Amino acid sequence: MIALQHYLAVSAVLFSLGMLGILTRRNAVNVLMGVELVLNSANLNLVAFSRFGPGNLQGQLFAVFVIVIAAAEVAVALAIVLTLYRLRRTPNLDEADILRG
Amino acid sequence: MSAEAAVFYLFAAVTVASGAVVVLARSLIYSAFALLFTFFGVAGLYVLLGADFLAATQLLIYVGGILVLLLFGVMLTHKLYDLDLRSEVTQFLPGIIVATGLILILASPVRWPLDLRGLMFRTQWAVGAGRPPAATTAEIGQLFMGRYLLPFEAASILLLVALMGAAMIVRRRKDA
Repeated sequence: MIALQHYLAVSAVLFSLGMLGILTRRNAVNVLMGVELVLNSANLNLVAFSRFGPGNLQGQLFAVFVIVIAAAEVAVALAIVLTLYRLRRTPNLDEADILRG
Repeated sequence: MSAEAAVFYLFAAVTVASGAVVVLARSLIYSAFALLFTFFGVAGLYVLLGADFLAATQLLIYVGGILVLLLFGVMLTHKLYDLDLRSEVTQFLPGIIVATGLILILASPVRWPLDLRGLMFRTQWAVGAGRPPAATTAEIGQLFMGRYLLPFEAASILLLVALMGAAMIVRRRKDA
């Protein structure tokens, strides 16, 4: 019998993997992939709570909003990455230190 | 092992394994295509949870939209002759420590000799009757047009603003 905890465990592993990607990658697009993993793990939690919780659809509705915001986020973030690439000729985040005093 | 458990473990393995490839692969293209399988795995888990509408949305928006956008990002931020598309890794050891610590804090199954179970085993979840698997699309549509109309409209305005903002940011200015 697959219970709530099984889904929460998958989601926790996915979250940690996304965190690892955000922390260790230098390439900005790869960091964005890590962010997508984190958002997916949060969504998985919401849908699991919707299934095993009081029995309404609020978790799934929340997940739809998370997907919408992820789409908006990735569009704006890629625009910023492209502008940075045009300015600095590199997609690496640790070279984006123009504002350092 | 029941059929449900077998399908769950299959999709969970696909999700976690391809998620690890996303994070650990040397090549950006490998990462992007592993992300495809992660999205598929999560969509399969959604189906198993009875969220049919959300599984279809996941495939349409993540695979059809976000993943293609990320691939565009990979292609546009490299020189054309730069074929290997490597992504370098920094601070690998601290990152591994943080990620492992997170897994242990959230989902550690250790029970003996010390009670070191993770947060998800300690928390008393409000597990209720649950929702039996049934078609959700009509109900979700009615909720969006009824009780959740204001967040729905706010999300559409957010998408419009993000679209215009992204176009503004990447536009080549004549004066700059």
